[in-house]
Amino acid sequence: MLFAQDYQQFKNTQLIVNFPSHPHYDIAMDLLPEFTQKTGIKVKVDQLEYQAMRAKQALELTKPKGDYDLIAYVVTSRPDYIEMDKLYPLKPFFDNPKLAMQNYNKKDLIKAYVDNIGLQGKLYGLPFGAETSILGYRSDILEKYNMQPPKNYTDLLKQACFLHNKEKNIAGITSRGASGHHLTHAFLLHLAPMGGRVLDKNMKPILNNAAGIKAAEYLKKLLECAPIGVEAFRFGEMKNAFLQGKSVFFLDSTIIAGEVSDPKKSKIINKIKWLPHPKGVKNASQTGGFGLAIPKNGRHPQAAFLLMQWLTSPEIDTRIALMGGNPSRYTTHYDKNVLQKYPHMKIFGNALKNADPDWRPIIPEWNAMNKKIGTELSKAILGQKSIPQALDDAAFALKKILAKAGYYDSK
Amino acid sequence: MIQNKTQSKNNKAYFFLAPALIIMLVGLFYPIGYSIYTSFFDWRLGMPLSDAKFTAFDNYIWLLNDPDILNAFRVTFKFSMIVVIIELVLGVALALLLDKKIKGISILRTIFIMPMMIAPIVVGLMWQYLYNAQFGIFNKMLVFLGLEPIGWLSSDKWALFSVILSDIWQWTPFIFILAIASLQSLPQSMIEAARIDGATEWQIIRFIKLPLMIPVIIIAGLLRLIDSLKIFEVIYIMTGGGPAGSTEVVSMAIYNQAFIDFELGRSAALSNLFLGSLMILSVIFFIIIKIRLHKKSARQEIHHAAS
Repeated sequence: MLFAQDYQQFKNTQLIVNFPSHPHYDIAMDLLPEFTQKTGIKVKVDQLEYQAMRAKQALELTKPKGDYDLIAYVVTSRPDYIEMDKLYPLKPFFDNPKLAMQNYNKKDLIKAYVDNIGLQGKLYGLPFGAETSILGYRSDILEKYNMQPPKNYTDLLKQACFLHNKEKNIAGITSRGASGHHLTHAFLLHLAPMGGRVLDKNMKPILNNAAGIKAAEYLKKLLECAPIGVEAFRFGEMKNAFLQGKSVFFLDSTIIAGEVSDPKKSKIINKIKWLPHPKGVKNASQTGGFGLAIPKNGRHPQAAFLLMQWLTSPEIDTRIALMGGNPSRYTTHYDKNVLQKYPHMKIFGNALKNADPDWRPIIPEWNAMNKKIGTELSKAILGQKSIPQALDDAAFALKKILAKAGYYDSK
Repeated sequence: MIQNKTQSKNNKAYFFLAPALIIMLVGLFYPIGYSIYTSFFDWRLGMPLSDAKFTAFDNYIWLLNDPDILNAFRVTFKFSMIVVIIELVLGVALALLLDKKIKGISILRTIFIMPMMIAPIVVGLMWQYLYNAQFGIFNKMLVFLGLEPIGWLSSDKWALFSVILSDIWQWTPFIFILAIASLQSLPQSMIEAARIDGATEWQIIRFIKLPLMIPVIIIAGLLRLIDSLKIFEVIYIMTGGGPAGSTEVVSMAIYNQAFIDFELGRSAALSNLFLGSLMILSVIFFIIIKIRLHKKSARQEIHHAAS
């Protein structure tokens, strides 16, 4: 039973929520009428492109009375909103017996996701549409060349570039490559497994050390075996290249798995197999994506909590997974029905054991840093400067940003 | 008595001008003043301005030391100069070509001005699809012709060109409609007289039509210059400023400072720097035009005196 208590007390409440344009949220929106039926709470969704949400939310949150009762936020916005003191901590809601769901089982939520997305001293958000990185490959093409799936980073590069040269109209691997956030994301995808970090414990930039240079050089080689135009690929273009059968390998978010089996979007149905993120010097898959939080300037925080709790409950998590979304719970990854429909979910569950919640620093300055790293790397990828030079320039810019923010003296 | 009458007339004029002046003061000078004021603070989004630290010229110093910002100014001016010159030449040329009484000309003119009516976001998306390296029509044509496909939006050598092309497509009609309106208001007697005197079509364009159109061309050019310097949506959609900042214009840098970095003070400082440079550019533009017109009228006076 989802609601043991009488939630009809919020009947006819109108919630306004802000969701990203994202496959997981598209599925969630299909379930919202059911929530309304059970609770009498009406839900209106303002759906935005995910990179445009931050600007809109930042403005909304600073108003004395905001329009949003519930927001889905990109994980990197978490420190900004919390330091601005714009989100409700969730403990009082969970401690309220009139609101809390008895069978919610908070401990079942994937720890790496909760740590990465919701936790900053206190719990402010719940993972919903959270993702880890995974390797997908065209089993039909690997079989054609009698190749075993890649076991590590070296194999992946070798196979991607071999197949890139062999196959007509199919690139070796798809990747994000657009200047700024997307290229930084692609770089960081390889940085942690190769033993690197953006900052050290004293917040000094170290992305330009040997591990950083190795990861950037690896990325540059990989992009040479990617589809034409990869230097402008954002998440959508990267994903579509794989779904349209234009690349052999895909190394990025798990959210693509649901779309791979969707005949409206995919030309590669039954041709894909999955592996955990390859090992470099260590296993370290990314964690990220979206979380749900309740703005302090919202009009109906309690009703918003009910919706948030319902969407992240064990039952709905399983149903969203069955519809192709990203589960946020351990048990969902091993659910019998889910595994029957998506056998790869077990691999995703195992991959999450190696998930690294600290693969990028989640601090208010991250968005400015993110852009700088991505712009400098783009110059290196296009051959305007060498990789060590680009990383040194990025490190210099990062140090300036962090010094200005008061982490240390710039000298 | 006469003085009193003039005074009373002036008072009436001031009275009727007052609402416009008040609106201008509130609507124009207040935001500019506020922007100048906030640019002296270390003010982040979400923080009340009263809590922000006064940092004098720190925001300006930061911006002028940021190579990406200086690059944004370079890209913006390069983009504007190229598009304005090409659009002026094409727009005026098209107007001269279509200033004819032939069947179906009004339909042709309507078709020409259609791009201008499309929302910039739609233009950005449309051209993004056309330029798509894998599925876009341009690369399909290149491959059909046996040529290598091009990363139109992913190569630092092509991205700015691609954006310029879309702007020319959208805004040449603006120059075209102003130029054709100007052409249609020219005194026909002068053109007829020239024809009777045996002037060729080119001579009529060169010595009669173009000189008479100059005031309209100047205004159209200035309007396009100001507008093109503020370009944002199309580039935001098509390239997001990349690759490697090769299409990052100042408006986009202002947006990024405010809504990516959350640095409102710095964003205000950048807006002020941009506004200042726009004003300087407009003044230079006017001075050059004024000097040229002055020289021209001086030449004409000498010519008249000599004849």
